[in-house]
Amino acid sequence: MSESGTVWSARDTTPSAVEEALRDLLKQRYEAGEHYAPARVLNLVVIADREWRGEIQNRLEKVGRYHASRTIICAVDPGRTEIDAVASVTADEDDIAAGRLVVAREEVVVDVGPDQLAHLDRVVDPLLVSDLATLVWSPHGHDEAVDSLLRLAQIVLIDSISALDVGDAVARAVALMDRAYVVDLAWLRSTPWRERVAATFDPPQWQPELARISAVTVRHQRDSAAAAVLLLGWLARRLGWQPGPICAPDASGHCEGVARGDDGEVRLTLDRDETMPIPGLAGVTIETRSGLAISLDRGPGGLSAWRRTPEGHESRWTVTGASRGESGILGEGIRQALLRDKGYRQALIAAEAMVCS
Amino acid sequence: MLVEPAVNPLAEGLERLPIRPTTLTIFGATGDLSRRKLLPALYNLAHEGALPERFNLVGSSRSDMPHGDFREMARDAIRQYSRRKPDETVLAALIDHARFVPGSFDDPKVYDEIAKVERELDEDAGIVFNRVFYLSTAPAFFPVIVAKLGEHGLNAKEGAEVRVVIEKPIGTNLAEAQELNREVLDVLDERQAFRIDHYLGKETVQNMLAFRFANGLFEPIWNRNFVDHVQITAAEDIGIGSRAGYYDKAGALRDLVQNHMLQLLTLLCMEPPVSFSADAVRDEKVKVLHAIHPPDPAHVDAMAVRGQYTAGVVGGDRVPGYLDEEGVPSDSTTPTFVALRLEVDNWRWAGVPIYLRTGKRLARKVTEIAVTLKPVPHLAFDEQGSVGVQPNQIILGVQPNEGVTISLGAKIPGSRMRIRPVNMEFLYGTSFMSESPEAYERLITDAMRGDATLFTRNDEVEAQWAICDPILAGWAADGEPVVQYEAGSAGPPEADRLLRPGERWRAI
Repeated sequence: MSESGTVWSARDTTPSAVEEALRDLLKQRYEAGEHYAPARVLNLVVIADREWRGEIQNRLEKVGRYHASRTIICAVDPGRTEIDAVASVTADEDDIAAGRLVVAREEVVVDVGPDQLAHLDRVVDPLLVSDLATLVWSPHGHDEAVDSLLRLAQIVLIDSISALDVGDAVARAVALMDRAYVVDLAWLRSTPWRERVAATFDPPQWQPELARISAVTVRHQRDSAAAAVLLLGWLARRLGWQPGPICAPDASGHCEGVARGDDGEVRLTLDRDETMPIPGLAGVTIETRSGLAISLDRGPGGLSAWRRTPEGHESRWTVTGASRGESGILGEGIRQALLRDKGYRQALIAAEAMVCS
Repeated sequence: MLVEPAVNPLAEGLERLPIRPTTLTIFGATGDLSRRKLLPALYNLAHEGALPERFNLVGSSRSDMPHGDFREMARDAIRQYSRRKPDETVLAALIDHARFVPGSFDDPKVYDEIAKVERELDEDAGIVFNRVFYLSTAPAFFPVIVAKLGEHGLNAKEGAEVRVVIEKPIGTNLAEAQELNREVLDVLDERQAFRIDHYLGKETVQNMLAFRFANGLFEPIWNRNFVDHVQITAAEDIGIGSRAGYYDKAGALRDLVQNHMLQLLTLLCMEPPVSFSADAVRDEKVKVLHAIHPPDPAHVDAMAVRGQYTAGVVGGDRVPGYLDEEGVPSDSTTPTFVALRLEVDNWRWAGVPIYLRTGKRLARKVTEIAVTLKPVPHLAFDEQGSVGVQPNQIILGVQPNEGVTISLGAKIPGSRMRIRPVNMEFLYGTSFMSESPEAYERLITDAMRGDATLFTRNDEVEAQWAICDPILAGWAADGEPVVQYEAGSAGPPEADRLLRPGERWRAI
């Protein structure tokens, strides 16, 4: 999509001036005779280190069709005391050229200093579109800024795999959940795996095997243990297991734990896949006491699936699906901000029992 | 055999519920619909991980070609018509194992071969796949294929669900529809039959249910006490293209009114269903159709106008008249425009005219439902110097502008109390940044899942024909020439005679 835009910028400005500039930019568009309608879906507030601002903008550009309608990027610049801002209104040039109704998106980049983070709500408040849901994403930390914005925001976007320690990541998510609806990209990374594990056990002949699961192994990219733990937490919650602590990983990233099900123990294993270049899960293997085993692993065109029945019959197939990539995951996070998934809370509580005790 | 669904604890809370392993067989797999819609829809489902966990594609058609050629044709069709650029690895995973069974649809060998392929796929996987047969063929083959499926035992499978998707049209009149339904139900249970009306797969059409039943704002006024009249318009600016063979036999009433427009009417007028299960929704829709009294063929003129386009200018281009279109007989009386006045004679709608209008080569492409409310009972404002107070209208836009518009009276800025209509608009594009999936993607997954809510039931089709049949009979008997309208216009002025005094058709 090529874009056409109108831009305003100012140094040492105020939030009220930025808000007024946005109104003027839209008015200019109307006066130009273009059939503009400002999108009104979601406010997205991003808090990012200024040096990574461009990278964040690039990531947001690539999210595909799930854009927020007004994006406010607060770029944190060490040593800064005043506010600089750039505001723009953009739209798809193809729609303009075709004379179609043009849906416009607004973006504001505000440069702020570290001293303003504890009261960032005072900067952001005038810039939000009233009555729209507001999502906060702070990929570079700055927890004090997130805390200050929780007065305005209903949803917080996090990525639990970005924390150095899985236990810390889960504890932070649990703490946030009491104050806002949390969308965790680590959880969304496990979505296709959850859907496909559920589908694998959906045929009536396989459903009884759910009660006989004896071992689950989740393979994950080096930094993505949180996504793996959330997948185990989901299984534990859905199947009524009582999960126990998972030991600290050894040098190879291997760690184990045990959950108690109604019919016996379930061995839980996390394995690091050093060959996987992108964040997320690499594979999952589930075994049952009657001898059924299934495995799903990343492969060309989807997931490579393998099943061995209790009678020893083996089969392999591909579960089709394209990789969403990191931009697709972020886009999914923005989309999920307007939905409500109770499964995350349940999985997170189960995960807490595994990694926070 | 129909299998009762078991409860899968892992499915709870998932946005996309699992679909059981399925083998989909497309009859007419090399045809236009398959190449333009079905195969691209399957690819997009595969891309999004929305196909069943295990999925097999089998194509069948009269074209004699090896598996490899069918796969190449399928790949080319997907590359050409998919709404997204295909990922070649996903495309390969979808198509590389597709099978093809050539042969005439009345040839028993075709069904023996399909049975063999399905058996092999089951044995290879060690499971029994559900079966979906998609009839994407000329309508004449629908009863042939269904009968052959029955003769070869393909209509049922122990431990699996068998479903048959039937494209429109279901007959060209009531008798044919009844005959086809009888032939289908001789072989299948009604729960196995999925009659497609792709309009029902459109997001905006489904949103009519959300709009009506998820908002307390509208339901209190959705009745004869507040609604003055309704206009449902499905206008097209295009002609018949290369479809003369089909269109000249069908005409506008069969092409759009009997199916799509009556679907819109039922969704607009139905009572709230007790649940959104397939039969609860369809029961309410059928009640609406039964409340429309079919006209007396001798008096069709009082409620229907038909027209045919002549040469004219559309979008700045000169276009030929219908009779000059390639493949159209020079003495054809097929209507390319139809306007109807119907009434739903029930407690909610009695006395409210519901006007339907559709045509080819009209001024522009638009599908919408306009609900005009009754005027305010007393007006205290001076109307001098203003357009004046107009009755409120609620317009449900289906295409191309998907959304809802409500017209309101508002004060014109100034020292006097002058009023003019203004619009309050909700547009899908501004409130949902997502792209609507193709209707066929939704309908194919629903058929594989066994959810028939968005498919047409046998009694529904027959009730639709019961309304249209007398109109066709009246036109066949009256010997009157079909009225003409210029291409690029809003249709024949004769359509105005259906309206009550003071009413007018909305601008197209």
